[in-house]
Amino acid sequence: MFSPVLLLLCYHAQAQVENDGIMMKKKQWCNGATYMYTGWDHYWEGKLKRNNQNVGTFTSQSVMYMTNYGITDNLNVLANLPYVWTKMTGGTLHKLDGFQDVSVAVKWRPISFNIGKGKLSLFAVGSFSTPVTNYVIDFQPLSIGMGSTNVTGRITADYQHGIFFATASGAYVWRGNVKYDRTAYYDTELHLTNEVQMPNMFISNLFIGVRVKNLVAQATLENMITPGGFDIRRNDMPSVNNKMNSTNVGVHAKYTLPFFTHVEILGGGSYTVAGRNVGQALMLHAGAYYIFSFK
Amino acid sequence: MKKIGLLFFVTVAGLITLPVACKKSIADRTANIPALVSDNLDLTAGTWKPVLLYRADTFPVATPAATNTSGYIADLNEIKAYQHNITVDQKEKIKYWAAGAVLRWNEIMRELVAKYNLPPYQKDDGTYPIPSSANPFAYPQFPFSNPPYASRAYAYVSAAQYDALIACWFYKTKYNRAAPYKVDSSVQAIGINKTDLPAYPSEAAVLAGVTVEMLKLLFPTEIANVQQKLQEQELAAIMSGTAARSDITAGEALGRQVAQQFAARGRTDNTSKAVGTPADWTNFETVATANGEIPWFSLEVPKRNPMLPFFGNVKPFLFDSLTAVSLRPGPPPLTHSDQMKQETEEVYNYIKNPDRNQIKIVQFWADGVGTYTPPGHWDAIAAEDFIRKNYSEVRWARNMALVNMSLMDAGIVCWNTKYYYFNPRPTQMNPSIKTLTGIPNFPAYISGHSTFSGAAAEILSYLIPENAAKYQAMAQEASLSRIVGGIHYRSDCSVGLQVGKNIGDYAVQRAQTDGGN
Repeated sequence: MFSPVLLLLCYHAQAQVENDGIMMKKKQWCNGATYMYTGWDHYWEGKLKRNNQNVGTFTSQSVMYMTNYGITDNLNVLANLPYVWTKMTGGTLHKLDGFQDVSVAVKWRPISFNIGKGKLSLFAVGSFSTPVTNYVIDFQPLSIGMGSTNVTGRITADYQHGIFFATASGAYVWRGNVKYDRTAYYDTELHLTNEVQMPNMFISNLFIGVRVKNLVAQATLENMITPGGFDIRRNDMPSVNNKMNSTNVGVHAKYTLPFFTHVEILGGGSYTVAGRNVGQALMLHAGAYYIFSFK
Repeated sequence: MKKIGLLFFVTVAGLITLPVACKKSIADRTANIPALVSDNLDLTAGTWKPVLLYRADTFPVATPAATNTSGYIADLNEIKAYQHNITVDQKEKIKYWAAGAVLRWNEIMRELVAKYNLPPYQKDDGTYPIPSSANPFAYPQFPFSNPPYASRAYAYVSAAQYDALIACWFYKTKYNRAAPYKVDSSVQAIGINKTDLPAYPSEAAVLAGVTVEMLKLLFPTEIANVQQKLQEQELAAIMSGTAARSDITAGEALGRQVAQQFAARGRTDNTSKAVGTPADWTNFETVATANGEIPWFSLEVPKRNPMLPFFGNVKPFLFDSLTAVSLRPGPPPLTHSDQMKQETEEVYNYIKNPDRNQIKIVQFWADGVGTYTPPGHWDAIAAEDFIRKNYSEVRWARNMALVNMSLMDAGIVCWNTKYYYFNPRPTQMNPSIKTLTGIPNFPAYISGHSTFSGAAAEILSYLIPENAAKYQAMAQEASLSRIVGGIHYRSDCSVGLQVGKNIGDYAVQRAQTDGGN
């Protein structure tokens, strides 16, 4: 009766800076904008990969403002806010756009020491995000976000040896309940309430690459696991509380202009190689940061 | 160094455990409602007018044993044994069912409708498989409980429950055997309110029997689950001290017998012919085109066969089939007319830049795939208001039957109209009309939401007059939601509401004369 469609969540669209092994120095203030593109024409309905001519190709584009300030060399505060546009080439459903969720994070590097010829640093990141507008969440995948208020705890280890480095990071995302516009919904049973319990998530990242004078270049691996949640049934609509898992591989690079070191430009992309209740997405991003230094 | 390491560990542990410790659980609105208290036991309900039964005593129920016989004393001992060892979990089950069994079975029905309300996935050749009641477990599972199917399912179950309880009340007052907690002071009333309602046959078991028997037909793959609910409900009635084993046995048998009569009607009410054939589907298009009209077509890819095109021939409950045809409204604006152009323009203007409140209204009333459908939504509205009215079970059943027969008959007349005119959707008239909910896979005129809502609001306004303004406002909003969602024209909705109201009036007439006032 209605066109079954599907979402892909934009966790990959979070600022790279939350999970990398790099800090702003004391009194450095970074400001910038990143453009992100996500597109897919296949998705996993539960474990079954399929396409859907009533979706065609789904695309989400966003422009995110990002800021990062160095309170000390080892303690940074970060914030970001994206504006998101979604649409589908197939079917008849309406496109949407709007400001999504503001995120504020504290990134701390308590320990940094030499091991052999390399240097190991540990980081702890705590972040909080919440919607800044009351966007509709029950119109997936065209809804611009999931609507939940999240608290994320992350630990990161970064090891650098010469120009080579590896960063491993793991995060637990606690997601608060959300509310639908309707008064009842079915997932694996009927719920006579508008409140939806959101399953929490584990997200882990691995970066391997090089850091030279003006350039950081890395290969990326991201794995997202939702231990709870449920599968989209055959030909059903997606829900915010689905079990969403994905594995993405990609590349990312950041270049500091040699003649004007206040400016960094960055770009990269990734692709979903495995998933469950998510789109098989191609994701691209590009941005520029300007760093002020207060002496 | 060590200190920092410890601090690091504590911070990380805190970040992870603090939010996890916060409460996330959610509760259904009806999870903790109190046990039913009937303001009026409706002891004359045995004289109310049934829907299908010829008489309240069409099916005989044997005279119960006297309360001083050994058989009944054994029944009482069974209750005492259960009560002696009752567990917390068993008390929870009693509490659940004590809130009202018509309510609980309606909620279970709504869950089944939502579970089975999924359109089949297409075959390789681009056509769609049709669910088959002869092979219900194979994909696509039977049924596809779309809105017309659901309206009929709710109506059959509600009407059968009502007739079964009329028979139940007839025998209750005829035999007048008291509840176990009245007969023996050492039997407690656990989790329920004591009443003077005679216990034989048990209304809980009548409801369980009649409902399970109907659901066998309507949701055949769920037999094991609903049979388990029946056992749970009957055991709860015994453990609570409300019913003896013999009250239950007689009640369940009566319920199942009444259901057979409704099942027989269901097998011959034309539903089995509602799907039609590919030749039928093409013919609608040919007729509309020959009349110079732009015909409806499916906006799904690949094009899906139209939803139950002959549901309009199903036998209604509140009037005969000829009356159903006479309730069909006049034609929609011609597809080439200025009015059609204006109405398409109105939809486009709504949908161009939707605001959040508009989206909210569309979502609130969407009741699309995977939901309990618009009839289920109106059942939810009705049930949550009935909870506050302190009805007896038989009045609950009567009022739900009136609501659900209105909804089914609204579905019949609406579907009859849709396929009679075969009118296109706004997106066909202007492809730049993008929608805020899926476009239903059937012709536009008249709006199903509007017809269902007009009918439900009319009968509910009669049953609970103090809420009339609220029901009318809800019906208006449900109807409007389809225009501002981009899937219906103004005419579909205004005419749909009026047709629905006319159908609801048949239910009002019935309510005025069924003896239940």
